[in-house]
Amino acid sequence: MNEQPIIQTTDIRKIYGMGDIAVAALDGVSVRIDPGEFVSIMGPSGSGKSTLMNILGCLDRPTEGRYILAGEDVSDLNKNELAAIRNRRLGFIFQSYNLLARTTALKNVMLPLLYDQDNHRSTAEREEMAFAALTAVGLADRADHQPHELSGGQKQRVAIARALINDPVLILADEPTGNLDTRSSYEIMELLHELHDRGRTIVMVTHEPDIAEHTERVICVRDGLVESDGRDGTNHCAQPVLAEAAI
Amino acid sequence: MNLKEILRVAWEGITANKVRSLLTMLGIIIGVAAVIIMIAISAGTEATIAEQINSLGANLIIITPKRGTPGASRTLVYDDMAAIAEEVRGITGVTAEQSTTSLVVKAGNNSLELSATGTTADFPDVRDVPVGDGRFFNEAELDRKAKVAVLGYGIAQDFFGDEAPIGQTITIGTTKFTVLGVMAEKGVVADVDYDGRIYIPITVVFQKFLPSQMAGDRVRTIYTQAESQETMDSAILQIESLLARRHDVELDSPDFIVQTQQDIIDTQEATTAAFRALLAWVAGVSLLVGGIGIMNIMLVSVTERTREIGIRQSVGATPNDIRWQFLTEALMLSLVGGLIGVVVGVGGSWIFGQTGEMRTVVVPASILLAFGSAAIVGVFFGYFPANKAAQLDPIEALRHE
Ligand SMILES: Nc1ncnc2c1ncn2[C@@H]1O[C@H](COP(=O)(O)OP(=O)(O)O)[C@@H](O)[C@H]1O
Ligand SMILES: [Mg+2]
Repeated sequence: MNEQPIIQTTDIRKIYGMGDIAVAALDGVSVRIDPGEFVSIMGPSGSGKSTLMNILGCLDRPTEGRYILAGEDVSDLNKNELAAIRNRRLGFIFQSYNLLARTTALKNVMLPLLYDQDNHRSTAEREEMAFAALTAVGLADRADHQPHELSGGQKQRVAIARALINDPVLILADEPTGNLDTRSSYEIMELLHELHDRGRTIVMVTHEPDIAEHTERVICVRDGLVESDGRDGTNHCAQPVLAEAAI
Repeated sequence: MNLKEILRVAWEGITANKVRSLLTMLGIIIGVAAVIIMIAISAGTEATIAEQINSLGANLIIITPKRGTPGASRTLVYDDMAAIAEEVRGITGVTAEQSTTSLVVKAGNNSLELSATGTTADFPDVRDVPVGDGRFFNEAELDRKAKVAVLGYGIAQDFFGDEAPIGQTITIGTTKFTVLGVMAEKGVVADVDYDGRIYIPITVVFQKFLPSQMAGDRVRTIYTQAESQETMDSAILQIESLLARRHDVELDSPDFIVQTQQDIIDTQEATTAAFRALLAWVAGVSLLVGGIGIMNIMLVSVTERTREIGIRQSVGATPNDIRWQFLTEALMLSLVGGLIGVVVGVGGSWIFGQTGEMRTVVVPASILLAFGSAAIVGVFFGYFPANKAAQLDPIEALRHE
């Protein structure tokens, strides 16, 4: 594949604290993810999965190393530039949904458009786009509902619609089914697969092997290092990682 | 974010917690209302003083002896008045006043202790204190030192009640006077109770009622009326040079003072300046307290809404977006508070004005001043919390519970 990768990290390190108490949450991570891939990241609790996702999602900057996102080096961008990247290039899905309370599904989905400094869209235009995104996740009839009126699975679908609204080059999901029951988890996974089928690039952290198994590629992280990377199509980790997570 | 969205989000932030927002605004409301009401009262008081003083004769010129002038050989005398009447151009009348010592005044069974006011026939015209009933004494009565009196409105009431005072006899000290008339009601102006006075010819005062050590024709004050505002300055100059000549003093170190109504109004206003300084403090302190209240509630709000801030950051809000959002909210709190304060202030001024006693004049500039101060307070005290919000780390903010 000589196509430009969506993600290219080189030796990313993230050190928390200083001196004796310094902890390397990431200790040299190099991964490459190409357009259209659906990648799972697995690993024990505290292995650095969220730290990696936050850096990939431009919510955080690596202490060392390079991160090139869709051809653009974002390792040294300032807060404003990172905000712009998050706004226009990325869609983030969280375990705890992170929807604004007392705000309708439609308004939640519209939120990224409000901070889009390149395109000044009218309210009608923004509403139309948000409604289309809600329709795409099957929630057109819940547009006027507030988060507390929605089930967990519905909330996560609103969050997915919000992640999609800016037509991002990359969707990042940190344990998107972590708070959901089996049935809702299944529905969310089905939705993510559907997006993948339509060409979206998705990186997802998960604890559950059976969920990871449905993706083509699984990256296993342990102690801030990539333990195995199933670029060849391996979709499980060499060692069972989930003894502690399953509890 | 566009302005409309910023305003909408700020408005939602404020209305999400109505009671708390209202309590927060209370400091600003009180501050702004205080500024407007206090300025309205002080403006009302000043207007009243100015009107009352002007009601004592427009273009009035007041000449008094300068107390404690070193080497002043003579003080103001009756002949000075006559000289002014004779020589000064551009004036319409001259009068003078000299009071008796404190004396017992009797009318029938009633008695009072007071100083009668000796003056001349021109008094009602020059001083704009009209006669209500009967008449004032005339030049002839003045010249022959007639024992006649004109009563202030209140004195006439005290002495005679429903009876007609004109033609009655009153005793001042040991001398009997015939009442010629009663003045129209005037009230207290610049600390003088005009209704509590008794007027008698000044010549009688000279003849009978001056303390023995005083020269026989000294006057306390000479009043004259300029023909118009335009002749005022020239009349004053003429009077000054005339009196300097008569008293044999240098013009730049006179033994007399020539004042106008405006000078007296200015003096009165100087006394209200202290009051104004006090109210400026009250208003300033309320606004300061209001500002601190806003800062406090904004800091609470930033903490409570840390997760919301994280969510907004995660979808692309820049530090500036967040700063503006909270600054706008603080500004909106203070401006809405300011607006309520203006309504309370104007309404309060009106109510004070309606309940009598105090006269109030709402000064438009005070509304601007108060509202402007509220806005400045909002920006000043809102900046720190807004900046704190802007500086939050997205990951920390998202993790906040
Ligand atoms: N803000 C932080 N300060 C200090 N240490 C942190 C911070 N965030 C994460 N860590 C540490 O970094 C390591 C990786 O954390 P994380 O990426 O959250 O793991 P995971 O998501 O795989 O459970 C853990 O040891 C964690 O304690
Ligand atoms: Mg994690």
